[in-house]
Amino acid sequence: MIPGTFDYHAPNSVDEAIKLLSSLGDEAKLLAGGHSLLPMMKMRFANPQHLIDLNRIDKLRGISEQGGSIHIGAMTTENELIASKLLQEKCPLLPEAARLISDPQVRNCGTIGGDIAHGDPGNDHPAVMLASEAVFVLQGPGGERMVAADGFFHGLYYTELAADEILTEIRIPIPPKGSGYAYSKLKRKTGDFATAATAVQLQLDGKTCKKITIALTNAAPTALRAKEAEALLTGKSLDEALIEQAAQKAMAICDPAEDMRGDRDYKIHMAGEMTRRAIRLALSRAGGN
Amino acid sequence: MAKKHISFTLNGAAVETLVEPRELLIHVLREELRQTGSHIGCETSHCGACTVDLNGKSVKSCTVLAVQADGGEVLTVEGLAQNGQLHPLQEGFMQEHGLQCGFCTPGMLMRSYRFLQENPKPTDDEVRMGMSGNLCRCTGYMNIVKAVQYAAKKIQTPGGK
Amino acid sequence: MATTAESMEREQKLEGIGCSRKRKEDPRFIQGKGNYVDDVNLAGTLFASVVRSPHAHARIKSINKAKALALPGVHAVLTADDLKPLKLHWMPTLAGDVQAVLADEKVCFQYQEVAVVIADNRYIAADGVDLVEVEYEPLPALVDPHKAMDADAPIIREDLVGKDEAGQGKRLHNNHIFRWEVGDKAGTDKVFAGAEVTVKQAMLNPRVHPCPLETCGCVASFDKVRGDLTVYITSQAPHVVRTVVSILSGLPESKIRVISPDIGGGFGNKVGVYPGYVTAIVASIVLGRPVKWIESRIENLSTTAFARDYHMVGELAADKNGRIKALRVNVLADHGAFNSHAQPTKWPAGLFSVCTGSYDIPVAYVKVDGVYTNKAPGGVAYRCSFRVTEAVHLIERMIDILAQKLDIDKAEIRFRNFIKPEQFPYHTALDWEYDSGNYPAALKKVMEAVDYAGLRKEQEEKRKKGELMGIGICTFTEIVGAGPSKACDILGVGMFDSCEIRVHPTGSAIARMGTQSTGQAHETTYAQIIATELGLPSEVIQVEEGDTSTAPYGLGTYGSRSTPVGGAATANAARKIRDKARKIAAHLLEVSPDDLDWEIDRFKVKGVPGQEKTMKEIAWAAYNNVPAGMEMGLEAVEYYDPPNFTYPFGAYICVLDIDRHTGESKVRRFYALDDCGTRINPMIIEGQIHGGLTEAYAVAMGQLIAFDANGNLLSNSLMDYFVPTAVETPKWETDFTVTPSPHHPLGAKGVAESPHVGGIPCFTNAVNDAFSHLGVTQIEMPHTSFNVWKTIHELGLDKQV
Repeated sequence: MIPGTFDYHAPNSVDEAIKLLSSLGDEAKLLAGGHSLLPMMKMRFANPQHLIDLNRIDKLRGISEQGGSIHIGAMTTENELIASKLLQEKCPLLPEAARLISDPQVRNCGTIGGDIAHGDPGNDHPAVMLASEAVFVLQGPGGERMVAADGFFHGLYYTELAADEILTEIRIPIPPKGSGYAYSKLKRKTGDFATAATAVQLQLDGKTCKKITIALTNAAPTALRAKEAEALLTGKSLDEALIEQAAQKAMAICDPAEDMRGDRDYKIHMAGEMTRRAIRLALSRAGGN
Repeated sequence: MAKKHISFTLNGAAVETLVEPRELLIHVLREELRQTGSHIGCETSHCGACTVDLNGKSVKSCTVLAVQADGGEVLTVEGLAQNGQLHPLQEGFMQEHGLQCGFCTPGMLMRSYRFLQENPKPTDDEVRMGMSGNLCRCTGYMNIVKAVQYAAKKIQTPGGK
Repeated sequence: MATTAESMEREQKLEGIGCSRKRKEDPRFIQGKGNYVDDVNLAGTLFASVVRSPHAHARIKSINKAKALALPGVHAVLTADDLKPLKLHWMPTLAGDVQAVLADEKVCFQYQEVAVVIADNRYIAADGVDLVEVEYEPLPALVDPHKAMDADAPIIREDLVGKDEAGQGKRLHNNHIFRWEVGDKAGTDKVFAGAEVTVKQAMLNPRVHPCPLETCGCVASFDKVRGDLTVYITSQAPHVVRTVVSILSGLPESKIRVISPDIGGGFGNKVGVYPGYVTAIVASIVLGRPVKWIESRIENLSTTAFARDYHMVGELAADKNGRIKALRVNVLADHGAFNSHAQPTKWPAGLFSVCTGSYDIPVAYVKVDGVYTNKAPGGVAYRCSFRVTEAVHLIERMIDILAQKLDIDKAEIRFRNFIKPEQFPYHTALDWEYDSGNYPAALKKVMEAVDYAGLRKEQEEKRKKGELMGIGICTFTEIVGAGPSKACDILGVGMFDSCEIRVHPTGSAIARMGTQSTGQAHETTYAQIIATELGLPSEVIQVEEGDTSTAPYGLGTYGSRSTPVGGAATANAARKIRDKARKIAAHLLEVSPDDLDWEIDRFKVKGVPGQEKTMKEIAWAAYNNVPAGMEMGLEAVEYYDPPNFTYPFGAYICVLDIDRHTGESKVRRFYALDDCGTRINPMIIEGQIHGGLTEAYAVAMGQLIAFDANGNLLSNSLMDYFVPTAVETPKWETDFTVTPSPHHPLGAKGVAESPHVGGIPCFTNAVNDAFSHLGVTQIEMPHTSFNVWKTIHELGLDKQV
C-alpha cells in the first residue's frame, strides 16, 4: 500500500528528461500516467530510486495531422484519445480501443505512450499499433530514431526502447476513407485486462479484401501480428468460411499465460472468437457485409 | 530524503504542506489536510472510493503522488456544497436512497460531479458506464443511477443550479 | 391504524412504520463527514503494520527485528515471544478453538500474522515491515480438504496433537475438527432404500469473501493515567469485543470502552476478533499511546473471515410424481487453519440443518465434517445467516435436479412439495419451527409477473436453434434473528438484544440499542418503530448504537438479527413507556387508565371527544405531574430474548442468456419477491434487496478465493476478486408479500440476508437450467465465462456453423 522512498524529478522538457534518465541510469523510472507503475510501487514490486515525471512536458501532448499521418504525443491520455474528433474521423480504431481500456478515472491519467512502452502483453495499445502499422519516435541522448511498431515488442516487459530513451510520439498512417476497423475485447468485467482481444484494420476494393492487418492482445508474451491469417484473407472476398480459417490461423500462433481469466485452451479459443468478431465488424464497417 | 513543499487550491482555498515525494495524494488529503471525506478501499486502483477532482478531471487520488498536485486545483466531497447549499447530487443521493454504508459515496459524488459536466443528459446506461470506476457493495447501483439522474435533471432545470 | 383523514395526517407526520422516509444518517455521509475508524485522529497516534507469512505452511526458524528497530520512527516490533508473558500469543475463537495472534513457531496459512511493527506513521511502518527478517522452513501444504483426513496428510495444528476435541466434540484425525450429525439416519436410509426415485449430486459452495468496501481496522488507546482502554473498531458486535478484550487483557469491562463508529459495510466480515486488533491493543497498553491498525485490501481478502467452502453431497428420495420423501446430506467443511468461524449457535455447522428448505420433507439426515487446511480461518460470513446460504443452495439445486430427472417442470415440482400455509407453525424433520409463510402465493405471484409459461415456450424455441437460455427459480426459507438463548450464545452470553429509550420533557427522545448498523439505516428504522409505538415523529427520535459505555449490552448485527431481536426489544421498550404514559394520561384526565384508547399519538377518553392527551403533553407531565407513588421520568429498557428465530422467505426468478462462443452470461431479468413480514421502511428494504442480489450475482457469477497447490492465494486483490461495477450488475425488479411473524411484537422478520441466500441459488439454477436439456446435472460456481465455456466446449455447442 505504501511505496518505498525515491527522489522525484519533474522536468519541463524532453531534453531535460533525457539528461536525467542518462545520469540516473537504471535507478530511475519514467512516470507517465502512473497507473501501471504506482500500483507496482505500492506493492513494492518495483522500487526505483528516482522517478522522472513526464506530466509537465507539454511537448509530449497533442494530436495532429501531418502529411498523411496522425501524430500523437506519447503523454496523450486515453480520454484525450476518445475525445479527439480528429481520431474519431480519421483513425477510429484508436478511440474504439481506448474506450475499452480500464475505467473513466484511470483513463484521465493513463497515456498511450505508457501503455505501449511498458511492454505488458495485457495492454491494449500494442495490438492496436500493430494493426495500425504505427511508427514510434524514440528520443535518446544520441537523438531521435523511428521504430515500427512491428519490431518494437520483443518480450514480456521487454521492448526496443533503450534504458536511456523516451518514447515521445506515435505516428499512425491515416487509413484510406471507407476502411473498416474493429477492436473486439473479451474481459471479465469493465476495466479488466483482455482475456483475449483482436484489432483489425482492413480495406476493401469492391468485395475484395485489398489489405488487412490483424493483431492480438494478451495471447502471448507480446502483442502478435497474425500475418498468416492476414495473408490468407488478402485479395479474397471474405466469407464466413474464410473468416473461420483466419481465426484458426490466429489461434495457431497464440501462447497465452494461464491465469484467473482462463487456461491456455480457453484463451486460445477466445483469441479465435475475438478475431472472428473483429473481422466481421471491420468488414461491415467497410460496407462489405 | 528531503521533503518537498507543495501548494494547491483545495475546495477553493489555498493550502500548502511539506511532503515526501512518495506520499500519495489520498494520504495527504486525509492526514495532513484533515479532509477525511475521501476514502481508501483498495490498493490496486480499482475501487474508486478515493476519487477526487484534480485540475478538472476525475482521478483516483490513491494513484496520484501529492507532488503531482502541486500548483493544481483539487476538489473533494467537502467542497461540493456551496454556501451551505447542498449540490443537486448530494440532494439526489439522499432523495433516491443512493447510499447505505456511505463509504463509496464521496467517490461516487465526486465522479458523478465531473461526469455530469462531461455528459449533462446521460442515459441510464451511460451513467453506469461513466461510474464504472467506482465500486459499491451495498446498493446494487440502481439507486445511484437514479440519484445521478435526479441531479442531471435538476441541473438542467433553469434555476436548479 | 388511522381511519379518518385527520388521523391519517397525524400518522403521516410521525413517519413511522411503513413509511419510506428518507434516512437520518445521510447528511453526514453525503458531505464527507462520516466518522469511520480510519478517520479517528487521536493525538500521538502510532501506526501498526503486520509482517505476514509468504508461505501457506512453514516453520519459523528465526525472526530478526534488529534492522526494523533501528529504523528511525519505529517504536516496537512485536512477535509471539513478546506476547507469551501476557499469554496472548494465542486467543480463544468464537467457535471453541484457539487461534494464533502472532505465529508461534509455525505458520499455517499464507499471509498469517508473524510480527507487528509499530511506528510513527503508516509510511515508516511499511518500511519497518520490509526490514523484519524472518527465516522460514517451508512445509508441504494441505490445500485439498478431501485429503485432510488422509493417513499421510501434513499435520497443521501441532498444538492440538493428542487432543481429541477442538471445542466441538470428538474429532477423528489431527486435521479433523468435528463431526456433526442431525436428523434420523436410520429412518432416512430406510426411505432411500425403498424409494421409487433417488437423485444424488455433489456440489461445491466455493470459498468467497464479503469484501466490504471499508477494510478492518481499529484505534486502540490505553490511558496509562486512568487505566482505561478505548478501542475504536470496525465491529458489528462492539459489546462482544469488549467482553473478549476483557477476558484477554484482564482489564475489567468497566475500564474498557469499545466504539464502533460509522462502519463501511460489514456483511459478516467484521464480527470476529482479528490478530490485528489484539496486537494494536497490546501495543497501546505497553506504549501508553494510541495505536491505529488499518489493513489493506489484500490483507482483508487474504486473512479475514471468508465465507462458505462447503463441499456438499445432496440426495433426495421421492416418488415418481416428484414428491420428496427424504433428504440426505453429507458435507465436508473447509474451515482453514483455525476454527474461528463467527457463528453463535450451539451447532458446529450453524443453521445448516434448515436445508429441508421450503418443502414438506418427512425425514432427513445431515452429517457435516469440519477439517483444517492451510488456508485463512473463517467460514461464516457474507450475509449467510450462519450457513443458511449453503443450506438453501443445496436444497434448491437438489429440487431442480430431481425435476430434471423426472422431467417435471421446476416450478411445478416446488408446488407439489411446498409446506402449505395451513401447516404453519411447521416443525421440520430437522427440528426447526417455522413461524409463518405462504410459499405458493409467493411463487405464483412471481411466475405471473414474469410470464413464466411464456418464458418456457421461448426457451423451447431457442433450444431448437441451439441457443442457451436459462430460467432459474429459487423459493427459499430463511432463518434469521439469532436467537433464543437456549440455542444461541457467544462465549456463553445469550443472544438477546436490547433497547433503552428515554423521552425528554419537550417530547423528543433518545434510544440506544445493542445492535450495530453497518449501512442498514438503524438510526432511521428504529426511530420509525419508536415513532409508531410512542406517537412521536421519527424525526425527533435520536438513535445511537455502537458505544459500549452508553448502549445497553447487545450481541450486534449479523444474520439479519437487528429487526427480529433489536426491533422487538425496541417495540417492547416503547410499549413499557406507553404503559406508563397511559397511567400519566389517566392521572391528567382524571379517569381510569382503562377508560383510555390509544390512537396514533394520543390517549383519548372513550366516548368523550376532546378529552385527550398527546404523548408530547404526557412527556412534559412525566417530569412534573405524575400520579402519587409513581417515579418521574419517561424511559424504559428491554432485554429481549426471542422465543424463536424468524423465517422470512421469498420467490425469485432469473432469466439469462449464455453466449455459446464465449461462455458469457447476460442476465435478462431478475424478479425478486421477498416476504419479511411487517415492513418498516419499504425504501430501505428495497435498497437491501438490491445490494444483497448484487452480492449474490457476484458470488454466483465470478467470485472465488482461489489457491494453487501450495496454498498460495491467486485472487486476493480486486484485480482478480470479482466485484461487479454498475455496468455488469443487472437491473433488479422487486416485489413483496406480507406474512407477519406471529411471535414478533411487530410481526417483522428481518430481510437483508434473504436476497443473498436466495439470489445465489437462483443464478446457479438459471445457468444449470440453460444446459439441463442436454443432460447436464451440475455446473459449479462461480459461473465465469471460462467455467461455463468449458461445459459448452465439452458438449460441442460452440462449433462454428
